[in-house]
Amino acid sequence: MSDTPAFSITTRDLNLWYAKFQALININVDIKHGIITSLIGPSGCGKTTLLRCFNRINERYTYVTTQGEIKLLGKNIYDPDVSLVELRKSVGMVFQRPNPLPISIYENVVFGIRIHNESRQSTRSDLDAAVEKALTEVGLWKDLKDRLNQRATGLQLEQQQKLCIARLLPLKPEIILMDEPCSALDVEGTRAIEELMFELKGRYTIVIVTHNMAQARRASDECIFMLMGEFIEHSPTAELFVNPKNPKTAEYIEGRYG
Amino acid sequence: MALPSLTGKSLRPARPLWAVCGEKMLELLIRFCGVSAIIFVLAIFFFVFKEAAPVLWSKNFNLTQFLCSPEWYPTSVSNVRYGVLALIVGTACVSGLAVFLAVPFSLGAAVFISEFCGPKLKEVLKIVIELLAAIPSVVWGFIGLTVTSKIVQQMTGAPVGVNILNGGIILALMCVPIIASISEDALKAVPDTYREAALALGATRWQIVYRVLLPAAKNGLLAAVLLGVGRAVGETMAVLMATGHAVNIPHGILDSVRTLTANIAAELGEAPAQSEHYRILFLTGILLFFITFVINVTADFVVRGIRQK
Ligand SMILES: Nc1ncnc2c1ncn2[C@@H]1O[C@H](COP(=O)(O)OP(=O)(O)OP(=O)(O)O)[C@@H](O)[C@H]1O
Ligand SMILES: [Mg+2]
Repeated sequence: MSDTPAFSITTRDLNLWYAKFQALININVDIKHGIITSLIGPSGCGKTTLLRCFNRINERYTYVTTQGEIKLLGKNIYDPDVSLVELRKSVGMVFQRPNPLPISIYENVVFGIRIHNESRQSTRSDLDAAVEKALTEVGLWKDLKDRLNQRATGLQLEQQQKLCIARLLPLKPEIILMDEPCSALDVEGTRAIEELMFELKGRYTIVIVTHNMAQARRASDECIFMLMGEFIEHSPTAELFVNPKNPKTAEYIEGRYG
Repeated sequence: MALPSLTGKSLRPARPLWAVCGEKMLELLIRFCGVSAIIFVLAIFFFVFKEAAPVLWSKNFNLTQFLCSPEWYPTSVSNVRYGVLALIVGTACVSGLAVFLAVPFSLGAAVFISEFCGPKLKEVLKIVIELLAAIPSVVWGFIGLTVTSKIVQQMTGAPVGVNILNGGIILALMCVPIIASISEDALKAVPDTYREAALALGATRWQIVYRVLLPAAKNGLLAAVLLGVGRAVGETMAVLMATGHAVNIPHGILDSVRTLTANIAAELGEAPAQSEHYRILFLTGILLFFITFVINVTADFVVRGIRQK
């Protein structure tokens, strides 16, 4: 297939089962490069599941079976020669609850560098530079530069979530997946994260799962609507909210499902 | 305050007297259970101390000699000497060796069970470990006396199979289930979100274990190891049977030794009550009490120190 570089993520007939329960049914999506795409849909429709396919982290549950094809930047990630370590290096993930590791702020940011350069230790100054760069990018450097050795788990939730984004950056990911990154944050925190997403857009392809329709509307360029494990509609955000193609989408955005 | 719903029939009657009294009694009972732990410990300590105390003031007794002399001749007719140094060294060697052998195995087992094996095997292994923990110590001693001592003798060419190595192996086997199951609990208590965070950054399973889980669970793991040490120091029956029971400062791990605990178990029955020998054995008990107390307090401080950091 001619892999159009415009698409970062392409899925073909993607099916996924949790044991006997089918959570994803024939998903075909094409997610464009360098923009923010949001995944919306009622609770339990499989948004998280789909997102967790893109870095194959679903496979940590032994009872998951996946069928179909997922192409990231033209490469099928289920090919036998794909290294999970490399895949996850180029696909970063931000979780619903901020989950910094219980080590210092500094170590959290360089964790990725350390695990990917196990044999060849980076010099201290390289690491310092990486920390400064990553924290500056997420806007934490000013606040935290004097307490990089404090435990990351003691930060405010908003700072923790930013740190979770910052620790992806030194690995230079192509794609950043976010699963309801603001659901644990207050209004201010939500705004800060959204602003950060705008900063990062362009350099990274961002896929964000959200429950919050206003957020999808504000923050994303394109929207994918899912229902009961099925793909329903994929349109530019403005169009999807004003002029939905599918009646089910219309019902959802009018608030008919929870 | 005449809220209609409270004045009418819907207001429940006061509870009968017996129910109120019963509840008070129950509360008292629970309170007593809570406090009883303290009472028992104090009572035991008091009893042991009372039995040992008179010897402290007797003119035959010398504390430095008691702690620093390796000569233990409690029943000698001409020259009675009570030095427990050899016993202290024996205890230290056997339990030290046991912990040294047990820690890598039990931590390895805990990591395997909690991180690497499938759910079925996990169940099986956990049951097996519980079974191991339930084997009575005299059975371990029996195995030490008849099975492992022969193997030790064959493998090392030692003149006697019941020695430090043999005792250490048996004691290690007894500590492994304790350390492993508590360590496994500690690893299980590490939130799954940490694993996912590291995994999503591309960490391998090993990297997750030593970069995330071991640091995150270190308090629990340390507690597990110290409980193992406590068990090793306090264990009596198995070491009595497996270490050769010779009062002797060892020169290598193939020498026989006797431990503090084994010494008390073996001699207390034969020491005439209230005799000097009898009181000295109680004093040895206090010494053991003291050793385990120091271990526990150190553990507490270490754990707290780590927590503050
Ligand atoms: N680990 C799992 N094991 C079994 N079933 C699961 C698992 N995770 C999710 N499911 C099921 O798969 C379906 C899709 O779940 P998923 O978490 O992807 O939904 P979601 O759209 O993210 O929902 P929410 O908006 O509540 O986060 C649900 O019915 C859920 O019960
Ligand atoms: Mg979800």
